[in-house]
Parts: sequence; structure tokens; C-alpha cells
Amino acid sequence: MALLQISEPGQSTAPHEHRLAVGIDLGTTNSLVATVRSGEAVTLSDSQNRDSFPSIVHYGESGIEAGHEAKLHAISDAINTVVSVKRFMGRTLNDIQAQHDELPYILKPTENGLINIETRHGLVNPIQVSSEILRPLVALAEQSLGGDLVGAVITVPAYFDDAQRQGTKDAAQLLGLKVLRLLNEPTAAAIAYGLDSHEEGVIAVYDLGGGTFDISILRLNKGVFEVLATGGDSALGGDDFDACISQWIIQQSGYTGDHSPALQREITRVACDAKEQLSFLKVAKLSLDLPCGSHWQGELSREQFNELIAPLVKRTIMACRRTMRDAQLSVDEIKQVVMVGGSTRVPLVRQQVSGYFDKELLTSIDPDKVVAIGAAIQADILAGNKPESDMLLLDVLPLSLGLETMGGLTEKVVHRNSTIPVAKAQEFTTFKDGQTAMALHILQGERELVEDCRSLARFELRGIPPMAAGAAHIRVTFQVDADGLLSVSAMEKSSGVQASIEVKPSFGLSDNEVAQMIKDSMTFAKGDMDARMLAEEKVEASRVLEGLVSALSADGKLLDEQELTQIRHAMSELEQAVEAGDLKAIKQAIGDCDNASSSFAAKRMDQSIRDALSGQSVDDI
Amino acid sequence: MNYFELFALPVSFDIDTGDLKAKYLELQRHVHPDNFANATERERLLAVQKAAQINDGFDVLKHIDSRAQHILSINGIELAHETQTLKDPMFLMQQMELRETLEDIPSASDPEQALMDFQSEVDGYIKSINRLFSSLFQQADQVSFEKAGDEVRKLKFMLKLSQEAVALEDKLFDF
Repeated sequence: MALLQISEPGQSTAPHEHRLAVGIDLGTTNSLVATVRSGEAVTLSDSQNRDSFPSIVHYGESGIEAGHEAKLHAISDAINTVVSVKRFMGRTLNDIQAQHDELPYILKPTENGLINIETRHGLVNPIQVSSEILRPLVALAEQSLGGDLVGAVITVPAYFDDAQRQGTKDAAQLLGLKVLRLLNEPTAAAIAYGLDSHEEGVIAVYDLGGGTFDISILRLNKGVFEVLATGGDSALGGDDFDACISQWIIQQSGYTGDHSPALQREITRVACDAKEQLSFLKVAKLSLDLPCGSHWQGELSREQFNELIAPLVKRTIMACRRTMRDAQLSVDEIKQVVMVGGSTRVPLVRQQVSGYFDKELLTSIDPDKVVAIGAAIQADILAGNKPESDMLLLDVLPLSLGLETMGGLTEKVVHRNSTIPVAKAQEFTTFKDGQTAMALHILQGERELVEDCRSLARFELRGIPPMAAGAAHIRVTFQVDADGLLSVSAMEKSSGVQASIEVKPSFGLSDNEVAQMIKDSMTFAKGDMDARMLAEEKVEASRVLEGLVSALSADGKLLDEQELTQIRHAMSELEQAVEAGDLKAIKQAIGDCDNASSSFAAKRMDQSIRDALSGQSVDDI
Repeated sequence: MNYFELFALPVSFDIDTGDLKAKYLELQRHVHPDNFANATERERLLAVQKAAQINDGFDVLKHIDSRAQHILSINGIELAHETQTLKDPMFLMQQMELRETLEDIPSASDPEQALMDFQSEVDGYIKSINRLFSSLFQQADQVSFEKAGDEVRKLKFMLKLSQEAVALEDKLFDF
């Protein structure tokens, strides 16, 4: 008798249909896109065989350009050419001014403290700039793969906070690109490395990029990638090495005149060249044309360079120590140290990291590509192209989440390095008789004082039933999903009233603002806008239908006749709505399908837990 | 939620941590949201909640203080929001002494060594409470549970000291 093939819950029932999905490494300096083709993960190249694209956007007279074309204008039109925008993501003007001496842009604070950059095309925010970096990558992918993408895995520094993660996700959303997952860069590197080497045991991934530093300690075991601890600095990278050399150049040249944006960029370029040369030479020769026709030439030895950057490299080693302690491991338990990111080519970095871990470093994998490759592997699995995969990624929350309490102090609710998804509840009570509202301030960071932590959001709980002071029990639940993104809900326990929450992200964009930006980015007429929304809703509808078909074929047996009829009815209503092409009706029908299948979803979840504990997986039956 | 049930383990203080870990991973393989990337919104949300619950359960059972507290809670002794204080003068005296030792570490001639000594002393107390738990929970009667409750309270003091020692380490050695 032929055996019936049943796929994993939630995954495609049609194994032969290859869904197009990519991994994108949205870097500070360069960005890459990769995909799995005929079972192998590869980076995608443009017509000139380039697979690494500068993360630069030029707001030019004739339009917006990104990548190599934008880089051409970095010096000649510095003020309208945005580089390293990742360093601005989710940051306030104060943060940025504290980190950078001089920037060749005009920065304007927004109402909620974030920044806008003034360009020829008006004010743009870091989310919009990032979406311009993504745009040609998505176009390249769709062109090379010959179809629409079902989605992308986008990598973020493990040490990115909630605002920075949300900003990255919003950038993709602006393009209409579905984010299958935000994946931490060191975890992506570990996937690429682990699946390739079949290595098992504990590894450290040291990832020093253009603007960010991460250290992650992972245990690799039979397809499980378990992050034990992560640490880092989301404002430390190769750009800072360049800045050290730039300062040295200015000092050496004795130049005291004005720093035009063009001159700043030129100095940075010379500094960056010198840094790269010093990876293989003992001495770098530098030369710079200064305004008023004078010319400066100098030499920088590797020893001098090492001295300049030593404090920065030391900061990364301190972060390694702290993370090792969080993982409760000693260095001799680390089997391998994987080096990721272009800045790990710097000899002092290699020497210090190898010294701390007391190991030879693994530098045989391409430090520039490994993150995109790992993301592509994960995207392929999430898209449902590898139903036989038993890969499991268990990542952690990089920074603690907490609430402001009396006296400007932070009380931690979810601790850093908790495995995500995570949900934690905290109970509060009212302070006054008859109090019906309560203000909560959500923070992220390790420090005790509110002012030293990142403010994520302010919440107002309303609709608390009036009671005596201290009688109400308000339970606030923090939930962090697998992307590391936070959501908060609250309820009054004694009455069961779900307190309504007004979310005001401190440094993010509200859903309305994102919607507005999508509208603003549309240069077409309203008809085109409607067409896009209808197309997106149709895609969502087919996802819902496909999900249900696959769920029913796998676990239909869990339902009685009546439940089955209800679901089938809702599905056919949805099919008809899609057929009719009415946006409102499709939305309604998707909601109905969701309601009709809610208890089915819960039953399936319980069933898979029983399967897990009985040691039987669905495909063993 | 009885986390022992979630992991299909007998309610016991002396659990096989290897077995716990294996069951934890098997559960996550089934319910982790990554398995539901193409499922309906409802299923994805459910997966996030389930995976979070399993993570929490693993965390509770993995650590001796929360595991002990969980067993007591299953047996009707709730310590989570208690206001009852420890009435053990000997223990409190010892706590005060430990606290003084901790405060003196920054001015010690070799703070690093002093901190290490302090940490191993506290670790020693934690280990002895662990052994006590083992025998008290095996007896599993009301008197033993109440004694175990007191030990949980003591353990919390010790763990707090241990955390403060780590915080001091951060401060002294610029982590």
C-alpha cells in the first residue's frame, strides 16, 4: 500500500513548487542578497558580476540612486549622498551627535526625537533611506530568479534594540517586501558555517562590521543552533577605525581651515584606504589634496594604527568577556571562533581575539558573504522549500526589557539573553481610589537609571474599573517574538477587563506613519494605490487558504463534522471574494477564516506537543 | 500551568537535566514560530505564545530556586508574592556578615581574589541548599515542604548576593 505523504504543519503541501525567497545582509557599508539555487546558497551578482553593493543612497537631480552609482557622488555631492545610514536607525539626534564629530549632512530632529536628513528630495528618514538600499537588491533578485519573491530574511546586528529592529522591518515593508524573519547576523553566520562544516559543540562568532559589533556564543547540535548569550555594541565598527585615522590625518596635516562635506568624505576615503592597506602592509602611504591647492603626504605604520584603534578593539574584547560570563562558559570550552565582517581583516583585531580565546581563528570562510549566505539558507527553509529540514534556531533577547518605577529607576521584566520567543507578566496596582488609567514607560537596556536606558514606548492603560486604591490587579504582559520584537498587552484581573492600550513608540514609527510613508512613496495615482492594496490582500488570502489546506490535510482528523463544514464554508467564501476582486470583502473573509479556524489552530498546537513528547513527529506516522 | 506536565516529567526535584533538555528541544522543534512562517496569522501568534511558554517552563525547571518554588506551588504553597519574612536569626546574621564582606571587596589588597573567594563561599552555601532540597522534596510531607519554603527564601538571599557580586565585578573590572 502506498503511504500517504504528510508534510510538517504549516509548510507547503506542494514540494515541487519552489518558492522564491532571499536572504539580505543589510550592512552598514555594503549590502548583499543571496538565495538557495539547486540546493546551494549563493550570492547574486549584477550584470557587472558584482555581488556586494555599497549601502549608499544618492538623492540626485535626476532621481534616487543606490549602490555603486550612488557611491560615485559620495564626495562630489556629499550633502545629498547618505552613507552608513544603518548607524542612524532608531537613533536620536543626541545619540548621533554624541558618536560622530562631524557629519556632512543637515540633520533635523523629528517630533519623537528621531532624525530626518535634509536632501535635495526633501526630508528623508533612515527607514526610507534603508528601503532605497533594499530596492535594487530586491529588483536584482526578482530579475535573476525570474519571479516575485514570497519574502526575505533580513539580517540585523544581534545587539540591535527594538527600535532598530522595527525600523529595519519597516524599511522592507515600505517596499512591500514580506519579512519572513529578522535574523541576527552572527546567528546567520553560524548557520552558514555549521551546516557547511557539520561542526558540533560551542562556537563563538565575532562579528565586526562597518558600524556594529556583535559577539554571540552558540551551541551547535544536530541541526539546533542555540544562542547561549550575545553581546556587543551597535555603535562600534570599521567606520570608527576610519574616524581614528581621519583625526590623525587632520592633526598631521596641520590643516585648520573649514571642513566642507566634500573634504570630510575625502579624508575618510584616504583613511579607509590606509586601513585596508595596513591589513597586508607594514606601512601605508597617504596623500590628500587640501583646499587652497596645498597637498599633504604622510606615512602611517601598522604600529601607529594599532595604537590609534587599541581602545576600540579593547572594547570588543571586554564585550567578549562579559558575554562569556553570561553564557557561563570558560574560553577553553569554545571549540571554534568564527570571524565575520570586513573589519575582522584588521591584524590587531585578529591578534587580540585569538589571544583572548586562546585559539586559532576560523577565517577561511568569506567574512563579507557568510551572513547573506546564512540568511538565504534560513529564507529557503521558512519559505517552505525544505520540508525535511529539522533546523531549529533558538536566539536570545540582546538587551533587558523593563519598566520605569518610582524615582526614575528601571525595573527589569525580561532579562537579557532570555531565549525568545519570551513572554513575561508583571502585576501592578492602582495608587489612588477610583483610578481608571495608568501610564507605563517601557525601556530597554542594562542600566539602573531610566535616562541611561533606551525608551521604547509609553503606554496608557485606560478603562480600569474604578476601585479602591490597591484593589485593581493589572497584569501587563511583555511578549517578544522570534524576531526580537516586543508587543505589550494588559488586563485588569479581578474584573477581566482588557485595558485598552495606547501605544506611542518613543523612537519608532506608528502603523499610521508607516502607512503614510507608503502613500508618500507612491508617485502614482490613487487607482494604482488601490491596485497595490488589492494585490497584497490577494497574496494574503492565498497564503491563508494554502495554510488551511495544508493544515486540513495534515490534521483534519482532529475536527468534527460541524467544525470542518464551518472552515470549508469560510474558505469557499474567501475564494469567492478573491474571485470577485473586492478588497473589503477579501479582508472580511480572511477575518472569518481566522475565526472559524481558531479552535482548530489550538487543537493542532496541542497535537504537535503530544507528538513531540511521544517522540513521534508527524512525518514518522 | 504545571511545567512538569508540559514536559511529561514526574513532579520531582531530582530531575534528569539531560532528559529535560532533550524534551525541551523536541517541543521547540514542533512549536517554534519558524515552523509557521506560512501559516495563518492565528497559528503564528499561537506558536509564539506556545514557544514562549515552553521557554519559560524550561527556565523554571532548569534553575533550582524556581524548580523548588514550582514544586511548592503545585503543592499549594505559594511563595511568589508572599510577604512572610524569614525568622532565622542565625541566617540573617550570616547574611549581614556576607554583605559586609562584599562591601569591603573594593578596598581589599587584591579585589579580584577577594571577589573570587566571596563567590565561591556563596556558591558553597547554594550547593548545600541544593542538597537539602533533594532530601526535603523526597520526604514530600507538609513539614518538609514548609522547611523547603524557608530554604527557598534563604536561597533567594544567596542568589541576590551572587548577582551583586557579579555587578561589582562589572564595576571593578570595567566589563
